[in-house]
Amino acid sequence: MERSEKMKLKIPKEEIMGHGNLACQGCGATLAMRHTLKALGKNTIIVLPACCWSVIDGPFPHSVVNVPLFHTAFAAGPSTASGVKAALEIQGKDTNVVAWTGDGGTYDIGLGTLSGAAERNDDMIYVCYDNEAYMNTGIQRSSSTPLKAWTTTTPVESPKETHKKDIISIMAAHRIPYIATASISYPEDMIEKFKKAKDIKGMRFILVFSPCPTGWKYVPQLTVKLARLAVQSRVFPLVEIENGIKWKLTKEITHPKPVADYLKPQGRFKHLSKKDLVEIQKNVNQDWDRLLKKIEK
Amino acid sequence: MAKKSDKKIIFKKEKEMPPFAISFYSMEYNKTGIWRNFRPVIDYDKCTFCLICWKSCPEAAIKLKKTKVKGKEKLQPVIDYEYCKGCGICWEECPTKAIDIEEESD
Amino acid sequence: MRKVLMGNHALSYGAKLSRAQVISAYPITPQTEVVELLSRMCASGELNAKFIKVESEHSAMAALIGASSTGVRTFTATSAQGLAHMHEMLHWAAGARTPIVMGNINRAFAPPWSVWTEQNDSLSQRDTGWMQLYAQNNQEVLDSVIQAYKVAESLDLPAMVILAAFVLSHTSETVEIPEQEKVDEFLPPYEREYKLDADEPHAFGGLTNPDNYFELRYKIQKAMEKALIKWEEVGEEFEEIFGRKYGLIETYKVSDAKNLIISSATIASTARNAVDSLREGGAKVGLMRIRVFRPFPAEQIRAILSSVDKAVVIDRNIGFGASGIFYQEVKAAMYNEKNTPPIFGVVTGLGGRDVSSKDIIEIYQDVIRREKPKSDIIWKGLKK
Repeated sequence: MERSEKMKLKIPKEEIMGHGNLACQGCGATLAMRHTLKALGKNTIIVLPACCWSVIDGPFPHSVVNVPLFHTAFAAGPSTASGVKAALEIQGKDTNVVAWTGDGGTYDIGLGTLSGAAERNDDMIYVCYDNEAYMNTGIQRSSSTPLKAWTTTTPVESPKETHKKDIISIMAAHRIPYIATASISYPEDMIEKFKKAKDIKGMRFILVFSPCPTGWKYVPQLTVKLARLAVQSRVFPLVEIENGIKWKLTKEITHPKPVADYLKPQGRFKHLSKKDLVEIQKNVNQDWDRLLKKIEK
Repeated sequence: MAKKSDKKIIFKKEKEMPPFAISFYSMEYNKTGIWRNFRPVIDYDKCTFCLICWKSCPEAAIKLKKTKVKGKEKLQPVIDYEYCKGCGICWEECPTKAIDIEEESD
Repeated sequence: MRKVLMGNHALSYGAKLSRAQVISAYPITPQTEVVELLSRMCASGELNAKFIKVESEHSAMAALIGASSTGVRTFTATSAQGLAHMHEMLHWAAGARTPIVMGNINRAFAPPWSVWTEQNDSLSQRDTGWMQLYAQNNQEVLDSVIQAYKVAESLDLPAMVILAAFVLSHTSETVEIPEQEKVDEFLPPYEREYKLDADEPHAFGGLTNPDNYFELRYKIQKAMEKALIKWEEVGEEFEEIFGRKYGLIETYKVSDAKNLIISSATIASTARNAVDSLREGGAKVGLMRIRVFRPFPAEQIRAILSSVDKAVVIDRNIGFGASGIFYQEVKAAMYNEKNTPPIFGVVTGLGGRDVSSKDIIEIYQDVIRREKPKSDIIWKGLKK
């Protein structure tokens, strides 16, 4: 490829999300929304159950996103989106419906609702921006919180005792047309995945890794770097799954960075002992090996 | 198109309000630039116009300006200080260290 | 066209004739026939609607809120546990001002399990901002669904049409099914002013500070107050086109009545027989049936009650720690009046225990002997 071709901007220039949002400085979830809207365009309706973005969008009568946005109850993201899409279909309108949720609404309180919409293969793009805890209510643990992490409900005396729920495998079990993981540190990859998802009918699930300086206790400038280290250390693999059965690795990590590089800058892991780090590295290695077995050759 | 307002809307009378909680206005009134303790400053001599800073800004607070560098059309990142929250991501991400972080003068 | 219909199917026909566009429901005894028939109507194309087979009632209501906010007519049905499961979303539907119409089959709450009729399920939702209407026969069920859409859509308030489990839901009665053209004339397509539309982007339901929230609540109450007038207006329009009359309340032999039996739904229907029997025996008794419970028709009730000597409210429900719920509200409506008669409250028929004409006669005769109510509850039919 020509050098100028390589340097060509693959990210749409137009900003759809406006200015003045209420997110914390360095918020990963906000960068995720910015890129999602670029990829999907203005012909998009966002259904938004309770999560950080319920506040980030701004108070009544203001809104930052510049697309229609419907606030709904915590567990009701996917179901409300199913209803919106059904109404659009009966009106003969073709608008992208996006259920924009946090890990709380996806992994926990909304899991049944999500499973229902996935099993029905309802036509929507379900996005979970994963900041690995209930951040909007003040950093309480979710089932997405990684093993041994600190949160207000898993204090250092008793950090998270169970593994992060494998939501991607759960979604794969539903055999939906398209599943992908994305990271805000790889915006071209993320936007490509969203554009691909946009053209598929049925349930599409995209998990976007969204570091949170407030909840993970790190300096805000590291948000994109940590999102990159998570991928480079194999903690957060970038994959695509078609119909729940064909797994693809969209980023090969042949020389992984040590997990400790990813964990050290984060205050929520500051209490980890050397033994803990060894255990976590072992888990990451085993999870990666298990993942490779699923990847289609 | 969202309506603009110069400050947060607080309705004076019930009759002025929409029938339920519908948002007609943008968030442009909220000049998040005042949140900054540190401000990023781009040194255009070091800038290679890679636009990684623009891609990494959660606030959409870096604008793209068409410019000519050595006769070639380039897109130049320009920081919008009205909205830049001073998170420092652009400073961290810049591959040529073309962005400096300065203490915000009050 | 006359058809023999069970109450559940009367609901289905009501939704079909009203041209509901998105239906989303979860089965629960004794509602299942409502959605099964609607499912068949959608599958055959008889009804041009999207049927979302949701995995829970909470999702059913959430889906309809999404659909209604996108500007289409919506319908669902549920009962007891299902209604309770969607409680959070009932508040949401009212706050989002979505004119959803729902059929609720009054069924007793668990535990212990029961499938028989009791009004606690719908009455537990009386503060959610939903309009509530209690039907006494299957004709009324069908007609009320059509009327409910007209009222709901004119005020952007959701409405529930309520019928008793088994006594109506599974009891077949002859029902006159209105012609589709006449229903179309009475009920035009739904037009929503502010809806989810990519051409007109707005956010709905954003965080609202104390400086703005109060007025939004006031607007809901104002809409409820307008509904009192609208139900009567719609009732008159309906009578003109279809020949059947319905109002906020229904009165039977009250013009010269000295004493009044007040009830709702199927107990009121049975009470008509009791009134006739009592009148044969010389009693000057009348019946007031409360049909629309939310908004509460206080003025209409006051007009009737102010001219009687005694009244007894028969509740097939109970507000634990207080008394029968219709009784509470009727009493409250009369409190500031100069001419308020003693009002007695009877709780009966809970968990589907049968309430016969004979029972109602006995209630009346017992109340007539008493001068003033000594307590807020007279239990009838209890095994004590």
